[in-house]
Amino acid sequence: MNTKLQNKIAITIIKAIAIMVVIILAFLIGRILLQGLPHISWHFLTSPSRAFTAGGGIGPQLFNSLYLLLLTLIISFPISLGAGIYLSEYAPKNGITTVIRMAIEVLSSLPSVVVGLFGFLLFVVQFKLGYSILSGAIALTFFNLPLLTRNIEESINSVSNLQREAGLALGMSKWRTVNKIILPEALPGIVTGIVLSAGRVFGEAAALIYTAGQSATNVNFSNWNPFSSTSPLNLMRPAETLAVHIWKINSEGIMPDATAVSAGASAVLIIAVLVFNLMARFLGNYLYKKMTSAETK
Amino acid sequence: MNEFITTRDVHLYYGSKEALRGVNLDFPDKGVHALIGPSGCGKSTYLRCLNRMNDLIENVKITGSFKINGEDIYGPKTDTVELRKKVGMVFQQPNPFPFSIYENVTYGLKLSGIKDKQLLDERVEMSLKQAAVWDEVKDDLNKSALALSGGQQQRVCIARVLAVRPQVILLDEPTSALDPVSSNLIEDMLLTLKEQYTIIIVTHNMQQASRISDTTSFFLNGELIETNETKHIFLNPEKQETNDYLSGRFG
Repeated sequence: MNTKLQNKIAITIIKAIAIMVVIILAFLIGRILLQGLPHISWHFLTSPSRAFTAGGGIGPQLFNSLYLLLLTLIISFPISLGAGIYLSEYAPKNGITTVIRMAIEVLSSLPSVVVGLFGFLLFVVQFKLGYSILSGAIALTFFNLPLLTRNIEESINSVSNLQREAGLALGMSKWRTVNKIILPEALPGIVTGIVLSAGRVFGEAAALIYTAGQSATNVNFSNWNPFSSTSPLNLMRPAETLAVHIWKINSEGIMPDATAVSAGASAVLIIAVLVFNLMARFLGNYLYKKMTSAETK
Repeated sequence: MNEFITTRDVHLYYGSKEALRGVNLDFPDKGVHALIGPSGCGKSTYLRCLNRMNDLIENVKITGSFKINGEDIYGPKTDTVELRKKVGMVFQQPNPFPFSIYENVTYGLKLSGIKDKQLLDERVEMSLKQAAVWDEVKDDLNKSALALSGGQQQRVCIARVLAVRPQVILLDEPTSALDPVSSNLIEDMLLTLKEQYTIIIVTHNMQQASRISDTTSFFLNGELIETNETKHIFLNPEKQETNDYLSGRFG
């Protein structure tokens, strides 16, 4: 067989595989959207869910998902930023840092249901936090930390060493160089990583079933005092998220319109994750252009 | 001769590899001083000892004495941050920060606490003029430095070093990645700067060394073979190796 023919065959096979992946994805997303979109309405997005009668919405679940996401990022971003900076800029190559890196690898490959059960035993039971948003946010932090840390470390590593030398040679301290030159340059990559991890966290269910709980208590959206038990901001209330809600409807939902609610909620979830992904691309590109282009600031 | 920089018995090891084998080299105040030699001869390594950039590499061991203006730069009290403000450095690859031209030049100043807008403006103009790039960029100082050509970037990088007013400027093959026009501009600039600064330049370009430098030092295999006035080195070198290198027999 001549090499030209081999080349053609190889390219055809690779193309076919790529097209197959796209088709599967398009089929999945298309099906979920087709089934779910007709059920989405303002009423569906804002009204509380109903356990026994038709016509319930996903308002509290949607709010819980977003609130939990925000809390998770607030907890995990500073930690992973610190860890990422340490690992890429300061960590010497020795046994201890090798162990740290390995621990991060292992943590990132933990099944999320294990993270959930661990969170249940430690935070819900041992620390008596109960089924609460706080327990859920901490469990999600465990889930999110390794990926975010790796992402930040890689973003910082990808900044050219010439920039470090330039900063140091100009009489900047190491910290100033990292803080004022390396981090701004790594920013587009870091932002992309955060938004992508947000998408992952948003769709997570298994880690939350045993930590944030499976019930959406009646919250009063006009009560914004975080210490009141009916306030949506209360950290100690149980909070069923969108992904958990979908899981629950499908395993034990008894409302007459369970299929419709599940389809609608799934569509909302998929759209949210798609928006996160598009946002990651857009924000990353925008920041990168802003840092490097000829445009004036 | 009143020596401004003196280095004695400099040894440098990368792990177990000896990259500098006992270099004794002095530089007078002001003027342009060239370090030449084939690749891997230790000239860049030596240069990077003078602002302690080699400290950043792991497993490097440096012995010997380094004094700039009488001060031991490897002494226990030396602050490398302060040292590098006095001993600026320009690299082979232009490495502007991903900010505007104005911010690039004022970065060092702002970090040392100068906030006066008028003073900053003056410094920017003066440094960019000294670096022979003012006329090309004066109308768009807010443009990202990354949008400039390589030659312009390198001159902005030189302006950035000049803005903090160092005493010594180290240049590590500053023109080897540039076009001939930019190289010429930088050479002319160095000739005017040498009245005010002590300039040490590593170069692979022998013509460049002969055109702009006052003294030339020839390195080979981690040793300093010969150092003298540039004219002297190029016209009648005392060592056979120098003669061989200059006549293109190796390197």
